[in-house]
Amino acid sequence: MNATIIEAVNDALHKEMENDDKTVVFGQDVAESGGVFRATEGLLAEFGSDRVLDAPLSEIAIAGAAVGLATHGYRPVAEIQFSGFLPPAFDQLVTNASRIRWRTRGELTAPMVVRTPYGAGVRALEHHSESLEGAYGHIPGLKLAIPSTPHDAKGMLISAIRDPDPVLFMEPKHVYRSLREDVPEETYTEPLGKAAVRREGTDVTVVSWGSMMHNTIEAVDNLENVDAEIIDLRTISPFDRETVLESVRKTGRCVVVHEAAKTGGFGGEVIAAINDDALMYLEAPINRVTGFDIPVPLLSMEDFYIPHPPRIEEAIEETMSH
Amino acid sequence: MDNSPQSISFTPGDVGVDPISQGDVDIETYSVVDPDGSFDSERVPDLSDDEFRDLYRWMLVQRVYDDRATKLQRRGQLGTIASGRGQEASIVGSGSALSLDDWIFPYGREAAALLMHGLPLRDLLMYWRGIEDASRMRNANIVPMSISVGAHVPFATGKAWGMQLGDEDTVTFTNLGDGATSTGAFHEGMNLAGVLGVPAVFFCLNNQYAISLSFDEQTNAETVAQKALAYGIDSIRVDGNDVLAVYNAVSTARERALEGNPVLVEAVTYRRGAHTTSDDPTRYRSDEEVEKWKDRDPLERYRSFLEETGRWDAVDEAAIREEFGTEFEEAVEAADEFEERDVEEIFEYLYKEMPPELERQLAGLEDFLEERPDVYDHIERRPKG
Repeated sequence: MNATIIEAVNDALHKEMENDDKTVVFGQDVAESGGVFRATEGLLAEFGSDRVLDAPLSEIAIAGAAVGLATHGYRPVAEIQFSGFLPPAFDQLVTNASRIRWRTRGELTAPMVVRTPYGAGVRALEHHSESLEGAYGHIPGLKLAIPSTPHDAKGMLISAIRDPDPVLFMEPKHVYRSLREDVPEETYTEPLGKAAVRREGTDVTVVSWGSMMHNTIEAVDNLENVDAEIIDLRTISPFDRETVLESVRKTGRCVVVHEAAKTGGFGGEVIAAINDDALMYLEAPINRVTGFDIPVPLLSMEDFYIPHPPRIEEAIEETMSH
Repeated sequence: MDNSPQSISFTPGDVGVDPISQGDVDIETYSVVDPDGSFDSERVPDLSDDEFRDLYRWMLVQRVYDDRATKLQRRGQLGTIASGRGQEASIVGSGSALSLDDWIFPYGREAAALLMHGLPLRDLLMYWRGIEDASRMRNANIVPMSISVGAHVPFATGKAWGMQLGDEDTVTFTNLGDGATSTGAFHEGMNLAGVLGVPAVFFCLNNQYAISLSFDEQTNAETVAQKALAYGIDSIRVDGNDVLAVYNAVSTARERALEGNPVLVEAVTYRRGAHTTSDDPTRYRSDEEVEKWKDRDPLERYRSFLEETGRWDAVDEAAIREEFGTEFEEAVEAADEFEERDVEEIFEYLYKEMPPELERQLAGLEDFLEERPDVYDHIERRPKG
């Protein structure tokens, strides 16, 4: 099938609900309306109101109830309508979901998924556009996946639902519908914790994830004289440092691109890994292209915030100039 | 000139608007045995003589446990602990009304309820000794202690939802203090429970204090019980120092919850001791206040009921103390014998499969411990004395 990310997510949910009748989908407006982005379209009609449920406007309860269901043998897939509304649920992720296995030495576990669209660029209202993966990736015990393509969205979501541990699944809403590709009809999985080399190259390693992957690819396409290797991190936690290190040892240069604010962003962690284990291979300082340390502006100024291809191109060229 | 509507001087007069106030709803505090020992025989539950005596025995167990655990803490053998002193009737009355298949979400003071639910005493002591292995909650349907106040409420709602989906004949039973009723998690968890109609009982041990903050300052609400009405769920306010009343209240709540009506039970009681062993309550409350509640001691009150109904003579208080004292000592010995664990344990249970970075960190720590054994000079596996 030829699918967008949103269609791929929807297909993954259908496949897993068919595959395992312990899978339960709930969240705000996910049942009757099929989700504000239509990610859960058709699930209610196919699987019924016991397994597809509209939750109250109550992020703490949605995340907390997911932990309860998961420890009781279910596979909850909860939707938080926009990641900007995930912070109230942060406590449930930190206090309950991420550590119930550890606290009970494996007696109780929380195999659950919280799906949430994240990121800027869709001209949404205030509080709808942030990228806080750095904060969520900092929670021990919580996995964090961010697909960037329809193929990965389906395969990684199926992996996340089957994962024995809690997974926060951040979906790049800016590219929900803007790109299509061939996605296998059948069920398949893409592993969590494994980065993808999107393009092989020898001059510089460019690491990114989520919607910024597409700005990165566009920037690299615009630079005719640079043979860049592009890595899609795909999972923030666990972080596939080996794929990054192997590439940097080959190219000797690196640029990290993310939409989240700079300070404390996950880019710093990528750079620290290179510093630990590939420093002597570097021929230039590592560059970062990120959002600024400000909230994402409202729509009239939003685009100033986003790392568009020209900023990425500049950074790659600067790195190449050493 | 300002022509905005806000500039109009407005006196509504009597236009028939009559706000609802909290006093409009009459909330009875259910009781069976009064502080003076008189009781309503119609309300006495249908229990055998041994069961009546067992309620006393468990309350005494809670009291002895709290005394002995506090002494152990003072000797540096336990970490910070929270006592249930004064709340014995709430703890034992509720614990006795549950089925062993129900799941308890504990909040930390309810030792006797956890022991009667099957948790080994050794493990309870190990938990307060800072040994995570105890949170396996061996042999008992109990989730680990909710040290984060209120955070367990939506968790319990979710687990009850699982029971509902599986058509199980069980409830989740969530213990919480009055402080927890001001958290967002409490409200969201109760609201969702009401929407779903899950088999959940929320048991608020309103002991009048959240550390130093009295209930009056915690909320402008006169009762905790009234909060349930906002979520369309049932509530019961009960004298929490009356073990028979609590038993009846929780038994009723449990039956209703099984029928799809979650219930909030407020047990009105009093925290006679400090918040925890790290707290000094003389800083924020008077001796007179504490003395006043001493008159309503749950054990003494129930003792007068047992005397009045001719069941007291067969209670051998000294024997109960001695028997539990022996159990306690054996549990301490067993806890002492719990094998020291390798550092691997604190890494290995976080994920089903350890991610490579965690493996690296563990290997690094293990190597370091071998290279620099002097680091053990800085490692103390016991509470700070």
